[in-house]
Parts: sequence; C-alpha cells; structure tokens
Amino acid sequence: MPSPAAPTDLIPPNVAGWFRSRGWAPHAHQLAMVAAADEGASALLIAPTGGGKTLAGFLPSLIELAERPRDGLHTLYISPLKALAVDIQRNLESPIAEMRLPIRAETRTGDTPEAKRRRQRAHPPHILMTTPESLALLLSYSDSDRLFHPLRCVIVDELHALAGTKRGDLLALALARLGRLAPAARRVGLSATVAAPDQLLAWLSRSGRKDGGDVKLVLGRSGAAPYIAILDSRERLPWAGHTAQHAMAELYQQIRQQRTTLVFVNTRAQAEMVFQALWKVNDDTLPIALHHGSLAVEQRRKVEAAMARGDLRAVVATSSLDLGIDWAAVDLVVQIGAPKGSSRLIQRIGRANHRLDEPSRALLVPANRFEVLECRAALDAVREGALDGDTLRPGGFDVLAQHMLGMACAAPFHPDALYEEVVSAAPYADLSRDEFDDVLDFVATGGYALGAYERFQRLRRGDDGRMAVSGPAVARLYRMNVGTITQEPLLRVRLNRGPVLGEVEEYFIQGLTPGDTFLFAGQLLKFLGVREMEAQVAKGGTGDPKIPAYAGGRLPLTTHLAERVRAILADPAGWRDLPDDVREWLELQRLRSVLPARDGLLVELFPRNGKRFLVAYAFEGRNAHQTLGMLLTRRMERLGLGPLGFVATDYVLAVWSLRSPDDLDALFDQDMLGDDLEAWMEESSMLRRTFRNVALIAGVIERRHPGQEKSGRQVTVSSDLIYDVLRKHDPGHVLLRATRADAAGGLTDIRRLADFLARVRGRIARKDLDRISPLAVPVILEIGRERIDGDATDELLAAAAELVAEAMPELRPPPKRAEPDRQGRLL
Amino acid sequence: MSGFPQADAQPCPTDDSRAALTLCGAALLADASGALLWPGEGVLAVADLHLEKGSSFAARGRMLPPYDTRATLDRLAAVIERERPSRVLCLGDSFHDRRAGGRITAEDSARLRALTAAVDWVWITGNHDPDPPEGLGGRAAAEVRLGPLVFRHEAQPGAVGELSGHLHPAAALALAGRRLRDRCFVTDGAKLILPAFGAFTGGLNVLNPAIAGLLGPNFQVLLTARGRVHRFPRDRLSPDRGG
Repeated sequence: MPSPAAPTDLIPPNVAGWFRSRGWAPHAHQLAMVAAADEGASALLIAPTGGGKTLAGFLPSLIELAERPRDGLHTLYISPLKALAVDIQRNLESPIAEMRLPIRAETRTGDTPEAKRRRQRAHPPHILMTTPESLALLLSYSDSDRLFHPLRCVIVDELHALAGTKRGDLLALALARLGRLAPAARRVGLSATVAAPDQLLAWLSRSGRKDGGDVKLVLGRSGAAPYIAILDSRERLPWAGHTAQHAMAELYQQIRQQRTTLVFVNTRAQAEMVFQALWKVNDDTLPIALHHGSLAVEQRRKVEAAMARGDLRAVVATSSLDLGIDWAAVDLVVQIGAPKGSSRLIQRIGRANHRLDEPSRALLVPANRFEVLECRAALDAVREGALDGDTLRPGGFDVLAQHMLGMACAAPFHPDALYEEVVSAAPYADLSRDEFDDVLDFVATGGYALGAYERFQRLRRGDDGRMAVSGPAVARLYRMNVGTITQEPLLRVRLNRGPVLGEVEEYFIQGLTPGDTFLFAGQLLKFLGVREMEAQVAKGGTGDPKIPAYAGGRLPLTTHLAERVRAILADPAGWRDLPDDVREWLELQRLRSVLPARDGLLVELFPRNGKRFLVAYAFEGRNAHQTLGMLLTRRMERLGLGPLGFVATDYVLAVWSLRSPDDLDALFDQDMLGDDLEAWMEESSMLRRTFRNVALIAGVIERRHPGQEKSGRQVTVSSDLIYDVLRKHDPGHVLLRATRADAAGGLTDIRRLADFLARVRGRIARKDLDRISPLAVPVILEIGRERIDGDATDELLAAAAELVAEAMPELRPPPKRAEPDRQGRLL
Repeated sequence: MSGFPQADAQPCPTDDSRAALTLCGAALLADASGALLWPGEGVLAVADLHLEKGSSFAARGRMLPPYDTRATLDRLAAVIERERPSRVLCLGDSFHDRRAGGRITAEDSARLRALTAAVDWVWITGNHDPDPPEGLGGRAAAEVRLGPLVFRHEAQPGAVGELSGHLHPAAALALAGRRLRDRCFVTDGAKLILPAFGAFTGGLNVLNPAIAGLLGPNFQVLLTARGRVHRFPRDRLSPDRGG
C-alpha cells in the first residue's frame, strides 16, 4: 500500500537545490512524510535500513524551520541509543550547514555536562536529540510546560526496538504527557519492517488504540529481494554445538572473496569463538575485527570507524550491531548458527546493503543438524516475506509508578486527569482504574496491606484532591533513579594495569579463580584477580579457556519458525534440498523410529546407560522446554518414576529417570500449569531476577552506583530478602503482581507452553525403542553441558563439603563430650 | 532434633541443620537459622536483628515492605520454641536505629514483650542501638561474660573466646559453574562472629579485610544455606567484587 507521492512543490527551492547538489532526488516516502506534516498529521514510516529513513523523519522539520524561523524547541528526536543520538546529530549538521538553515540541533543524554543541561533548559535548541530516560527527567521539572509548549514534532527512531519494552513504556507515558503540554506536536515513528504495523500505529496514536486513525502509515520502497543461501559445507555436519567450527575454513574463503563481510552470531561467547577460529585460518592476515556489547566503548568505536573507512574485510558481531550507525558497502552478511526468527534475520540482512536497488547478499551457516532445518525454515520465511508477529506486552506497573512520581515532581496532579492521560498511551490503554489506583497508592505510601507508612507518605493529597510530593527529598530520589535499564552488575576487565578491554558480568568473574583462562576481546587471557572493582588479567596462559558465558545472549526460537521446522520434518518430499548428512539423518530416523508429525507430539522412550530416557519433540524453544522439564520432573517424582534430570534445547526436551511413565496423556496433561507451575514460579530464580528489576524501576531498592558497594553492603537491602518477606506477608502486593505479569507476559514461554499442551492433547505419539533414535542424538549430546537448577544446588553443596571433609579431616566437628538431656533440647 | 550432637553422628557436618564447634572449651552449635546455641549454659544468641529496618527506609522515601520485624520475630520465636533456652543474648544492632521503638507496630511490640518476658533476655548494645527502646522488656548490657566466653557487639582485635555480631559475615562459593552466597558463622578457634539474623540484613564477604583482618589466617566458615549448615575452610571461598 504505497502512499501517493506528495507534490514536489512542498519542497522549497533551497532544500530541493541541496538534494540536487548531492546528485539526489527526494524518495517518494520522504515526500510522503513532508505531505503528512503539511496536513499536521502524525506518521509512521516503515522502511528497510538504508532508505534515507532518518532524513525522511527530519525533512518536514527542516523545511518548516527554514520557511518560518523561530525560537524555542521545535523538534524532539528520541533514540534508544545514546550513540545514535550523537551520530544523528552529526549527520544532521551537514545538511543544516550546507542549506544555511537557522537551526540549532543539540543532544542531551546522561553524558551531557550539567552546565549545558542548564543552558538547554534556559535557551532550548530548535532540535533536541535525546533518549527516553533524559526525556523523562526533563518532564519531571516544574518548567517542563514552558520548555515543551512550542514543540511541533516528536520523532521516535527505531520504534520497533522500543515498543513492547519497558523503555518503550516509559517513552509512551512521556509522549502522553507531551500530548498535554504541546497539543500541536505531531508524532513521527521510524521503524524497520515489522509483521504487525497496526500495533506500532496504535503505539504512536494519541488515543493509544489501533482505531485511533490519527497516524498515517508511510511505507518505504522495499528494495530488491535479498539473495540468501545456506552454506553448502563439504565438511561433516556436527550433531550438536553452536559455533560452526567445522565451517570456518569455508567461511574464511567467502570472506576472502568479498570486499567487506559482516559475520553475525547470536551470543558474545560465540563471537569470541568464531573470531578466534577465523584468525587461526587467516593465512593472509586479513583485517578481521570483533564487535560485541561487552567490549570497551572506545574499542567498539574504533572498529566502527575502521569499518566506515572500509579498512576492514570482516567484522564478527552480535546484536550490538543490529541497531544503529549506517555503513555503506557491506557486500555479504553471514549469520552463524540459527537465526531464531525471521524478522531478526531480515533486519540483519538489511545491514548488508544500503543501496536499495541492489540485492543484499546473505549466507546462513548452520552449526548443527537441527539448525540446518531452522535455517531452511528462516530462508523460506524471508522469501515469502513472512515475519514473526509477537503481540506487544502491556505496560509494566513498575514503569507507571516511576512515571507517576516524576509527574508529581513536575507539578501536583489530579488522579482523574493523570489516569486519562496514562490510558492514552498504548501500553496502558487497557489499564483499569483500580490498577491505576493501586499503583498510585504504592507511590504514595508503599501500598502495603499493613498500611504502616501513612506518616512517611511520598505523595500528599491536597484539599483540592491533587497529589503533590511531600518534600524536595522525594524529587531528589526520583531523579537519581529514573530509567528502566537494569542489568547484571558489570566489572571492567583491565590488562595488567594497562588498558581496559571491556566489561563482563560480575557473576562470570566470580566463577573464576586466579590462573583460570578465558577468551575475551579476541584474546586468550589469564585471570589474575579482582582489584578496585576491576578484573585484572594478563595475556596468554595455558589450558582450556573458559569462554565468557553471558546472561541474556540466547534468544529462543520463535513460534513461527518452529512451525516451519515441524513442517519440513513432516514432508520428506522437501528433503532433497537439504545437505546429504541431514537427509540421511532424517531417513534413518524414519527407519528406526518415526518422524515428528506436523501437529501433535512425538515422545520416544528408550533405555540408555541403565536409565530410562524420555525425549519429547516439542519445538517450542529453550525457555518453554526448561519450564516443561521442571514441571514434568515434579510430576514424575510424585508418580514414583524417579526422575534424575533433564536437558532442554530449542527443539527437544529429554528427561531421564529410573522408570518410564505408562500414561503419557496424563503426564502431559494441561493441569500441570496449575499448582505445580505456581509453586515452581514462586521459587524460581527467574522470578527473583524479575522482582529485582521491578523493585529497581519502582524505586524500592537503590541502583548500585560504582564505588558504593564497599560501604553500602550493610545499608542496602538485597531484593531477594525483600522478595521473600513480601511473598510471605503480602502476596497480593502490586510489586509482586508486576513481577508475575513480567515473568508470564514478558518471557512468553508460559503462554507458549499452555498453547502447546492444548495443541497436543490427544495427539501424543508414543514410540518405545530399544535404543536411542537418530533424532535424539543431538539432545543427548547436550547432557552434561547443561545445568539443572533447583535442588541440584543442595547436592553440589553437600558434595563440595564432603570433599572438603574428606581432604581435610581437621575441620571435622570436635569429638562429643557433653551428653544430651532427656528431650535432646537445650535446658 | 537434638540440641546436642548424637553419639552416632556422622563426621560429615552436612547431614544436619547445625554444626558443632568448640570455643575455649565450650561446646557450641551453629544453627542453620543463624542462631548460636550453647547447650551447656542454656544460651541462645542471635546478632543484628535490625528490627524496623523497613520502616527506617520508608521514612527516607524508599517504600520497603513493613513486614521485616514480623518476619524476624517469626523466625526468632520458632527457634526459641524449639530450643527452649533459659537465656537469650541479642548481640547488638537489634534495632535498626534509635527511633525504631517509635515505629514498631503494636502487634509486633506485644509479641516482642511476650518473648522477652519468658526468659532472661539481654539486649547487648550496638552502634545502631546504643540505647535499646524502653518498654519492650529485657535488660541492656554492653557485654556479657559467661564462663570462658564473652558476648559483645563488635569484635575486638586479639580477644579470645569472644562471640560478636556487627559485621554480617557472608561467604561465597564457586560450585561447578554456579555461585552461591549466603550468611555464615566464621571462626578462627579464638573468636566467633555470628551472621546477621534480621530479615532485611545483607552480608559482608568474610574475605573482606574488615572481617578477615580480625581473624587468624586459617579461619573457617559455617555457611547457612537452604536449611543446612556447611563447613568450609577459608581457601575454598570466593571473593566478591572489590573484596
């Protein structure tokens, strides 16, 4: 549905001249954005990378300011990345200078010095580039109405990456407030291609709903269809593993044949491994670099700059390059391992080519046999233009609580008016008044059932019914804690008192003992110790490296791709396109067992090493399988089957036990999602982590600022302790409700599991075998690599203590002298 | 469950919810609850209850749950009920601040009074509570000497036979790829430092110089985790960041 091209007379001569001087003509979608602005309408631009999207967003503002120069803030640009705001500002400087426009464009982020911030509030620039957090902060000042009243346009960049996240919730609430302060301001969203544009239209709409009708949809030209292939490796395809070591020599040959190649991997650990492996075969010493989110910022910038100059032949990167700075001239994008989702693959492939008329070229390198199927499924999906469509989750109570406090810092508000404003933000469109009041009560007094904190209230209700902050300390506390980014604490990694190489999660370093080696920043490093909040390392060292294993690196397979993988398995006619290894593997499976049906569930049962194995081909992604494994083993325990452990991959769940179950329908019954799930969720570390984030965002616990730890240990309160106490004494508290909503909705695996159990009901195919089936080999190989959480901790602890007791008898308890009393109690 | 180690007890200390140790000849038990038992004298000691810590934060704008006093008293009452001591020693910082007595709810206050009335209850004073609140029962003391042992809030360098709190010891362990951190007792044979007992009290790693510096080089910890006590020597422990 391409929008009609706007008449070019909307472009004033100096702007048209500038385009000509560059040898360009405005794209149709750029003109359409100008036309929408001319009508005063909001607009959502969906276009692939490289279509001049950012300029399309700014063009109407440049024209308006060129035609009718004025003072005051005119356009607000919001980006998810600080670096992006800075980069866009630099890119905008040249057209502004070349067209001699009377426009001042500045950035404002967490890095902006205090003096400049003050000046910006007193003398605002015409265009301000900022992040959701800095905008929230600006809105909490009492003069925000003066600053934002002249605003005419708000541009949200990378909207697809913000909508549906907590940062997106914060931004949506800020936009709702801007809607009140600057009723004349249009909204502009810039987004990559998405499956459901109507969700983003609703997100941008002033009504917060899909039928708002106030946002125009503008589609950029989609460009030439990408050319995608799966690496046809001559090497034998591995059964398991994720680093595609078998394909490195072939990948290197591909890199040699291109001018510039971008190699995407899924996790930072994979990035380190692939980078090392490529350098091992790099006989021509081609400039190949590494880029991931843990490396020092300076190092990342260096790599980006070298890439922009065309100095590099290849970069191995994680999602750290999914967003952001545009590069010209990438000839080939390589995806190592399975892409996990078709939307993600399309966005990554889009990085290949920023010249729209030429096709992007991409190569998929599956790391194991199942990944071949997944790559094939993703490739088919991209060819058909089928995207993964996830429904955006509703906004979090924790973010709403933070926003309420910020609004009270700006000026006293009436709850009725704020409620109206909040439900005009799409993530909160369905928020009930009761929920709103519960969150407000939490902000004001903690909202505890015990009601002990009336006299410590943060918000006080005035005679006119308006809520006001109870003192200046409340506003100070709010401003110290604004934002929704919560992450694992990080430690800097420093080379022998030399340069900082980057940062890794604290827990990873804590798992190392001095002398251990690990791969980081593309080198083998020896861990020396922790000093002054930094991990000290030296180059070299011997032994097997411990690869950095980072949190959050693994994305589960999307439902959409899982369906396609099942379809491929069920259709032997389509196997001729698959590599020989994989085809033989599937043929053998058909011979020895059966193939998983397209609908329904195949469960294989076989003995191995004196244990009984159950392998369920569920294809619902690792997270859902983990949960399923937890619930199945609980039930098997009760049935007296003696479950011993389980392992989950993206495709399969394997459980081993002393005895096999008789009734699979009963074992996989949906009622496992009842009490067992509740009980497990309450205990799980996932919920504790989620609670920590909720408590941080809601301002109950403090952020850990660097340097505070040493003195702070005893005065701060750990979120785990709060969680335990709250769960026991006030289970209905709004923070716990927010935590459960996050865990259930945000991670989606519970919902996936519920859908799955409903789908396979009455369709479980049981296959008893006398030995392992070909399809089960990959998951059995994973055993031992995976950890099983839960009670295993007890066993490990006991085993560790026993070992110690055995090795060091002097630590045993002293011989008994006293005698027990009658009841064996203290007197 | 016996307050004394059974004659046939296994040498491995991990098969029970408590571990035995001696300090200056006194046979003590480190309980998984975080309480220290001295069966020979009928003494139960706990450190750093930090009652009303939640409300102290709330008064400064952080709305921590107000249930910490209730949760701490639940656990304390349970261990007292189980062990029936004749004397309870609270080793200081029993109240999070000087105004805690004014914030405690009527219900918690009544419950505390009932506990203190039933035994010889001593509030050893700490830096957070140099003057324990009036009207809650018990008697205040700077320290308590019993036989070869002395109970006080803050450990004194070089003191022998000393039991103290104040430092909230915790220990971290690396276990086959995962990490565990929990509260612990720590002793070098001359002195013993108790873990903090309060519901909202965190821990300081025993390898931190603030704790390690008070102890001899070969100290051991009695880690309380998941209802059990586990014994580990210093060289099995992991530091925290900056520790």
